[in-house]
Amino acid sequence: MGKIRTPYLLLLPGFGFLFTFFILPILNLAQTSTQTPVGGGDTGQYEQTFRFQNYIDAFIENKEQFARSFIYAIIATVLALIISYPLAYAIAFKSGKYKNFLLVLVVAPFFTSFLLRTVAWKQILGEEGFVVPTLRSLGIISQSTTLTSTSFAVVMGMTYNFLPFMTLPLYASIDRIDPRTLEASGDLYANAFTTFRKVTLPLSMPGVVAGTLLTFIPAAGDYVNASILGSPNTKMIGNVIESRYFKIVDYPTAAALSFTLMAAILILVTIYIRKAGTEELV
Amino acid sequence: MSFDASSARGDLILTRITKEYGDFKAVDDLSLTIPKGSFFALLGPSGCGKTTTLRMIAGLEEPTVGSIHLGETDITTTKPYQRPINTVFQNYALFPHLTIFENIAFGLRRRGVKDVDAEVNKVLNLVELPHLAGRKPTQLSGGQQQRIALARAIVNRPALLLLDEPLGALDLKLRRQMQIELKWIQKEVGLTFVHVTHDQEEAMTMADTIAVMNEGQIEQMGSPADLYDNPETAFVANFLGQSNLIKGTISGNDGDSLVADLYGQKISLPKNRSHATDNSIYAGIRPEKFRISLLNTPVSGNVLSGGRIEDVSYIGVSTQYQVAMPWGQELIVFEQNDDGVAPFNKGDAVNISWAPIFTFALRGDEDVTAGSEVIPEVLDEE
Repeated sequence: MGKIRTPYLLLLPGFGFLFTFFILPILNLAQTSTQTPVGGGDTGQYEQTFRFQNYIDAFIENKEQFARSFIYAIIATVLALIISYPLAYAIAFKSGKYKNFLLVLVVAPFFTSFLLRTVAWKQILGEEGFVVPTLRSLGIISQSTTLTSTSFAVVMGMTYNFLPFMTLPLYASIDRIDPRTLEASGDLYANAFTTFRKVTLPLSMPGVVAGTLLTFIPAAGDYVNASILGSPNTKMIGNVIESRYFKIVDYPTAAALSFTLMAAILILVTIYIRKAGTEELV
Repeated sequence: MSFDASSARGDLILTRITKEYGDFKAVDDLSLTIPKGSFFALLGPSGCGKTTTLRMIAGLEEPTVGSIHLGETDITTTKPYQRPINTVFQNYALFPHLTIFENIAFGLRRRGVKDVDAEVNKVLNLVELPHLAGRKPTQLSGGQQQRIALARAIVNRPALLLLDEPLGALDLKLRRQMQIELKWIQKEVGLTFVHVTHDQEEAMTMADTIAVMNEGQIEQMGSPADLYDNPETAFVANFLGQSNLIKGTISGNDGDSLVADLYGQKISLPKNRSHATDNSIYAGIRPEKFRISLLNTPVSGNVLSGGRIEDVSYIGVSTQYQVAMPWGQELIVFEQNDDGVAPFNKGDAVNISWAPIFTFALRGDEDVTAGSEVIPEVLDEE
C-alpha cells in the first residue's frame, strides 16, 4: 500500500498549488459570471442570480472584438510561422558552430520586459523612427499614412513578441530530423521541394503544432500589444476584459467574456490538433 | 548544368576524381571503372576517402576535380534525384513517419510508376518480410530495418546500388548471414553493387572485385584472392589479414624465380609476385602458409632455420604460434589442427618452411607497419 501511495504524495504539492491558484479562482470566476448588480447598491456590488443571459449579452456586445482577436491572432501566428520556419531550419541544419549563439539570440528578447519591447515598437513605427520616413521616401506609403495606432502595428507587435514561442519548438523538432533521411529522399528521386513536402515538413509537424499553439493561444487573449500599439479601432477581447474589470468594474461581463474566450480557444485548438494529428497533412 | 540522367546505363567510370575540403584532400586523383553487373567493394580504414567516393557517385557531394560517367552519360554534376543510382545508407535512414510499405514505395511514387503495390510486394517477398508492410520503422529490429533499406533501394532497379557500411550496425552472426543474403540478392536481381566497408572479411566474402583505399587513393585493386595472395604494398598486406614481412635483398635470378637473401638464409620467390623496384625487399609470407618442424625433420621448399617457439595459443580450428627468429623478429604462424599431432611447446627449437610460390616481395623502403595499426572497429568516417 505504501508503495502505491508514493506517487500521489509526490503529486500533492502540485495539486495543492493548482487547486488554490487555478481551480478555486476559476470556480470563483464562473460564479461571478452569472451575477447581477445589487438593486440600489454601490458600483461593484453584485449578487448571484444565475443570469446566463450575461454570456449572450456580453458576446453580442463584443462580437467585433472577438472576431478581431482571432483574426489578429491567426495572422500573427501565420506570420510567425513563415518567419520562424526558415530560421529554425537554418539554425538546425546550416548554422554549424554558431548554433548555440543563434539560439541565444532567439531567446535574447526575453532578457528585457515584454512591456518595454512593445513600447520600443511604438518608437520604431512612430514618426521619429526610421521606418515611416524610409517607406514614405520610397513611395510605398503616402505622406499622410502613419503606422502607429493601426491594426498593422498591433499584428506586427504580436508577431514579434511571440516569435520565440514559434521558433524554439520548431527548432527542437527540425533539429531531431536525421539529415540522412533528407539525403535518402533525394536519393529516391525526390527534388528539394518534394523532399520538403514529403519528408521535412511531416517530420517537423510536432514543432509546427506546438509552435502555432504556443503563439496563437496567448496572442488571442493578448491586450498589451493592442493597448500600446493600437487605437480604439483595434481593440481586442483582452482589452475589453481588462477595461470591464479594472475600469468599469463590471465583473460579471468580464467573467463571462473570459469564459467565452477560453471556450472558443479550446474548441479551435481541439479541431486543429485533431486535424493535424490524425490526417495526412500532405 | 544538371539534367535528368535516370535512363543512363553501363559501367561506372570515375576519371581523375579529387575532392578537397579546405586543405584536406579526402579523395586524391582517383580513377576507377566498375563494370556493369559486378559486386564491387571499396575497402579501407576510417578516413581513407571511401565514403566520400561513394557520396560523389550518389551525387551527395560534387568532386572538386574530375568526372563521373555512367556508360556514355556524364553524371558529374547531376542531382542525386536525377541519377539512376540508389543508396543503402549507413544506419538505413528509413523515413520514420512512413510505414514500411510507403518507405519502399517512396522512389516508385516519385518516378510515377504504375503498379506500386505489385512492385513493393515483390521486393518485400524478396527480403522475406511481407508481414511488416504496415509497421513503422521504429517497430523493426536492426536486421529487419537493414533489409527494408535494401528493399527500398532495389525496388527502383537502379543502374547502380550503393551500400554504405550496410552491415556495420548488426551483430556478428546477423552480419555473416546478411553477407550471404546480399550476395544472393545481387545475383538474383543482377544489379551493379558498390559496397563501402572497413571490414576486410565482409569485402572478401561478398565482392568480385575489391579496391583497397588509403589516404584518398586506390592502393590496389583486384579479386579477393589476388589481393590476399599477391599484395603489392605493405598497406594491403597488413590491412587484408596478417602478413609476416622479412627484410632481405635480391641476390640472384633463377628462371621464373628470384633468389633472395633473408638475414643470410636463401629463399626463392616467383618473379611475378615481386613488386620491388631494386634489390632491397621485404619478403612477405601469410601466417597460414608457414609450416613448423622440429630441427631433425626433413623439409622442402623455402626454409628459415634457427627459430624458437615463443608463444602458443590454441584457437580451435588452428593453433597460433609466435616464433622468435635469430635476427630478433617474431614471426606469426597458423597451423591447422588437422593432423592429430600435439602442438609444439614453448621453447622448442624449430625450422619454418613454406612453398616458394606463396612468397611475395614488397619494396624494401616500405613502412612495414602501414595498414596494421588501423582499428577496423571504428564506424563513422566523417
